[in-house]
Amino acid sequence: MTKIFKHIQTSVVPLPIENIDTDQIIPARFLKATTREGFGNNLFRDWRFDENDQPKEDFVLNHPTYSGKVLVAGKNFGCGSSREHAAWAISDYGFDAVVSSFFADIFKGNALNNGLLPVQVSDDFLKKIFDAVFADHTTVVDIDLENQVIKISSTGEQESFEINPYKKACLMNGYDDIDYILSNRAAVEEFEKAPNP
Amino acid sequence: MAKTLFDKIWDAHVVSSKEGFPDILYIDTHFIHEVTSPQAFDGLRKRGLPVFRPKQTVATADHNVPTWDQHLPIKEELSRYQVDMLTKNCAEFGVELYGLGHPYQGIVHVIGPELGITRPGSTYVCGDSHTSTHGAFGSIAFGIGTSQVEQVLATQCLLQSRPKRMKIEVNGTLQKGVGAKDIILYIISKISAAGGTGYFVEYAGDTIRSLSMEGRMTICNMSIEMGARGGLIAPDQTTIDYVKGREFAPKGEEWDKAVAYWQTLYSDEDAKFDSVLTFKAEDIEPMITYGTNPGMGIGVTQHVPATEDFEPKEQGSYKKALDYMGLHDDEQLLGKPIDYVFIGSCTNSRIEDLRQVAAFVKGKHKADNVVVWVVPGSKQVEQQAIAEGLDKIFESAGFPLREPGCSACLGMNEDKIPSGKYCVSTSNRNFEGRQGPNSRTFLASPLTAAAAAITGRVTDIREMLSASEFAELVD
Repeated sequence: MTKIFKHIQTSVVPLPIENIDTDQIIPARFLKATTREGFGNNLFRDWRFDENDQPKEDFVLNHPTYSGKVLVAGKNFGCGSSREHAAWAISDYGFDAVVSSFFADIFKGNALNNGLLPVQVSDDFLKKIFDAVFADHTTVVDIDLENQVIKISSTGEQESFEINPYKKACLMNGYDDIDYILSNRAAVEEFEKAPNP
Repeated sequence: MAKTLFDKIWDAHVVSSKEGFPDILYIDTHFIHEVTSPQAFDGLRKRGLPVFRPKQTVATADHNVPTWDQHLPIKEELSRYQVDMLTKNCAEFGVELYGLGHPYQGIVHVIGPELGITRPGSTYVCGDSHTSTHGAFGSIAFGIGTSQVEQVLATQCLLQSRPKRMKIEVNGTLQKGVGAKDIILYIISKISAAGGTGYFVEYAGDTIRSLSMEGRMTICNMSIEMGARGGLIAPDQTTIDYVKGREFAPKGEEWDKAVAYWQTLYSDEDAKFDSVLTFKAEDIEPMITYGTNPGMGIGVTQHVPATEDFEPKEQGSYKKALDYMGLHDDEQLLGKPIDYVFIGSCTNSRIEDLRQVAAFVKGKHKADNVVVWVVPGSKQVEQQAIAEGLDKIFESAGFPLREPGCSACLGMNEDKIPSGKYCVSTSNRNFEGRQGPNSRTFLASPLTAAAAAITGRVTDIREMLSASEFAELVD
């Protein structure tokens, strides 16, 4: 059962950096765990902590001003490795959605499989969110999955976003891909019996 | 209707296609390794499910393994635990494991092809983004996350929407000293680290056709570095000759049948691509990256860009990358002292790569300021290198041949580039901290890396090769 996502209203954490790769989200040396839990402690590890494991004050997650359930990041978020640990780390830290103007494919799929909503907005709208948050850190965004709309509460500006209808149904109802494929097991076995091309 | 190669293979693997749903795609072979599989096996246990087709699942230990003393227990506790977990899971679920000590052990994307498991016209997935490597054989191969690893273990299928199709053609004759790695670094530098996102790429053109299978694997391997899900190259005689006679390749009548099918695998002449890009081989110099994503690459004689060359909203990210790398606007990398050279990874650790490096360094010695790591892609590559005496050549040049694994490509084992040090690396990613916290990576070809090992600096390989030496290297 996937985590259910329907609608959130929350302040946000801005990270206006482009091409944030999964090695930044969760460095490879922290991939040695064999469960899905606890990765949030090492989210953005090398940006967040120095060599002596002390928090770096200039990094946004260490900044008391910014908090919220949504991470807002520059374009091409989640590029690089296929590690699902990146989605687990973001989710485990406490985010329910990531907003960017562009997502890497594998990250997007991994996020959707873990109830973490990737919201792809236009470059303009992304800039509007950053501008609003940097002008007022209490800025709230409203993400409505059912209607596929993201809104900046203070300014009323909004934009619609795309999501595969099947994945949307999965997120809103907690459905799971494996259950879906298993329900097609007869078709899979039929396919296997057919002669190879 | 005219079809692309990609669509021919995809259509032949669709179990079910339903409006509004991703396709259910049948996976011929599922490769697994120790890092992205434990949570998937755990998921199966929680659901009370077996591995649906264990015989179509192949496991190896590669990401975490040491590259010295592999016969001894792994020292690092968490790594050892993860590798042991893979052994236990494979035993419990009936999956074949080429673990440490097995003659077939190695980097998952090196062993699949060399064992003849990777073949044209098939579908492959693995919880590793460089699964795109296997596309070099004219197959559909791509990386997946752990939830999808669980999905494939449970069903031998993957729920997947059909990506868009891109064709990248490279035509013409390569300059001396320029190879497959330079081609792909050049393409990525032109279209950016996100330029292929949403696409599956077919590489074509006479330059691509002229490459060996090893070179084609290097190209397809880095498809993910432009954001593409995967890349593939239509099979031809080079492909067939490579697969023939390998351990798990079809034999006898099965072989003839397979080859007949493989010969139908090409994009029809008027097949439609969503995007087509064309490059000239003559324009490609030996390449090197200067930044913190693989799109940040230049010809080795060029200067790094200036911040003002970028749009204002991109300048912050660019400056951050240059600061991390300890470089400044307009700097020329040529002649810059470096500290480490890493020759290895699923991009460049095959026997051909090691042969090329050995041919170049033979009779030379590494510079005093440089530490050189040569890590073969598999036990078979290692044994072949030893049989050919390459280990002796490396030894005389001042660096020993290590044992196989992913090693310093991602520094999950102890092979980490120290903080602040520069490494010329034949791997695939120059992300911040990729090779170790605060490490600084210059991605390059095996020849460019070998040249840097000898001079201790970023070097233009073309300056170091006489015509006869070059002829020897490419033979």
